[in-house]
Amino acid sequence: MTEQTTHALPSYRGDQRVTQTRVIRSEWTKLRSLPSSAWSLLTAAVLIVGFGALYAGVRVARPPHDPASIASFDPTAISLSGVQLAQIAVGILGALLFTGEYASGMIRTSFAAVPSRLPVLWGKAVGFALALLALCVPATFAAFLVGQSILASGKLDTSLSQPGTARAVLGAALYLVAVGLLGLGLGALLRSTAGAVGALFGLLFAPQILVGLLPSSVSDHIYGYLPAPAGIAVTSVQPDPFMLAPWTGLGVFCLYVAVLLALAAWRLRRGDA
Amino acid sequence: MRGVIGLHATGAHAAEKGTVEMIEAHGLTKRYGDKVAVDDLTFAVRPGVVTGFLGPNGAGKSTTMRLILGLDAPTSGSVTVNGKPYQRHAAPLREVGALLDARSVHPGRSATNHLRAIAQTCGMPRSRVDEVIEAVGLREVARRRAGGFSLGMGQRLGIAAALLGDPHTVILDEPVNGLDTEGIRWIRSLLRGLADEGRTVFVSSHLMSEMALTAQRLIVIGRGRLIADTTMEAFIAGAARDAVRVRTTDPGALAALLQSRGATVSPDQDGALTVSGMSTDQVGTAAGAAGITLLELTARQASLEEAFVDMTRDAVEFRAPGAESVEG
Repeated sequence: MTEQTTHALPSYRGDQRVTQTRVIRSEWTKLRSLPSSAWSLLTAAVLIVGFGALYAGVRVARPPHDPASIASFDPTAISLSGVQLAQIAVGILGALLFTGEYASGMIRTSFAAVPSRLPVLWGKAVGFALALLALCVPATFAAFLVGQSILASGKLDTSLSQPGTARAVLGAALYLVAVGLLGLGLGALLRSTAGAVGALFGLLFAPQILVGLLPSSVSDHIYGYLPAPAGIAVTSVQPDPFMLAPWTGLGVFCLYVAVLLALAAWRLRRGDA
Repeated sequence: MRGVIGLHATGAHAAEKGTVEMIEAHGLTKRYGDKVAVDDLTFAVRPGVVTGFLGPNGAGKSTTMRLILGLDAPTSGSVTVNGKPYQRHAAPLREVGALLDARSVHPGRSATNHLRAIAQTCGMPRSRVDEVIEAVGLREVARRRAGGFSLGMGQRLGIAAALLGDPHTVILDEPVNGLDTEGIRWIRSLLRGLADEGRTVFVSSHLMSEMALTAQRLIVIGRGRLIADTTMEAFIAGAARDAVRVRTTDPGALAALLQSRGATVSPDQDGALTVSGMSTDQVGTAAGAAGITLLELTARQASLEEAFVDMTRDAVEFRAPGAESVEG
């Protein structure tokens, strides 16, 4: 019976060194072979396009009236409002790439195969960033186009040829990639899904609330440097005095992400798996 | 790497003289907070034989295996595989293949994709994954989610992962857990085959009877400490504590007689006596001289399992208070 179902294993000869490129390939296989990650990414895309369209519809029904709100009306930002929701899906998926492995015990398999560990972190980061880029760039452009076509019915639309518009749409996609990496870093650092998701919400939303409690003479200067306001600056076309310049803001947000990934790398290197 | 050096260019795993194809632990210690999981272990696991790693649940077997693979860092001491800490090998899956826990698999991924992801870390092709799946008999379920696997299929998947890199050293933590009779027989012949090819094979179990059938060498630990590092033959010889079962018409008189000669006597449930410290010959002669009628006189060998349980319990009792660095 046994002899019928199993066969002798041939020996293997070949270069079996672990390289970063090979680990990226491995992590890519892991990412695309989990149905749950495909579903999360699809959810993110639907949120980006769907919520943008929904909000555009709302604004057509309730157009701005007074001169101030007409002046600050930002049709690009309205069509990209789904990014605010999609960032949660993307950040949680990023965290799950690590916490899922810790929960299932897969992490031991991963680190037994790549005992230096850091290539696993970079491999996941590269693979996930590429997947997000491939998904979010088309999604934000689709959200923009769908949103503008809805806003056009109220003559509220703009176009990609307007200054800053294309930058905002592309920037929204890049922001989502960065949020995904933020989640990944939190997952690697905290190892538990609950902890990482809590920390993700905390980082993205809590600082604004806390700073809002400070006197405005202080908070006005700090606000733009908080993670989410800094990152989201790249998606606005209308200048906002409290926000950083678009690319500066995204740069600041990427610094937060870099710090988290560095902390994650530090913890991965020294801790027990 | 190996191929370049030429050590294994011939394809043999046999340890040439002078090479260090083995696992070596020196004073290996691991504490988690106050708890000492592994306590000053020094041992070597050599190629060409199956070495059993035996101890009751919680003795520190799994921790030791994680330390060998660099998954946990030792509090003190060191452990090397084939001359280097595992983390320092450029081609780790060539050095060690490990089954640590059948559930070290993401439940949402298919067996094929799980193995493919492992294989890709060191550039092994799809064809290698297929070979291994074939070898462990998982072909029919290879595309199903690993989360739906039975314990036995999970073990086979873990063994497939361990064999993927054609490793010099194979480390398996409780491989027979959850396997049916057929699977257990398969593991036994697999382990012997791997050792015969000259590999280092290190297999843990909490079941002495299983080890007796597979292992030629034995490392026994209890509460993280080394109790025995010996051959299976020597262990069996040392562990055998013969007892004599005797049935008589007058148990009271016989018990008193044998006790007066220094034997230990305990009554069995069916009215017979179990005597230790005397041979069947001695019991029979003593009873005959005293005119006591014997109905049955049988030599009974203590099971290996009993010997093992006694051994680990004794070792813990005798060693714990006198040991130097326990409470330290």
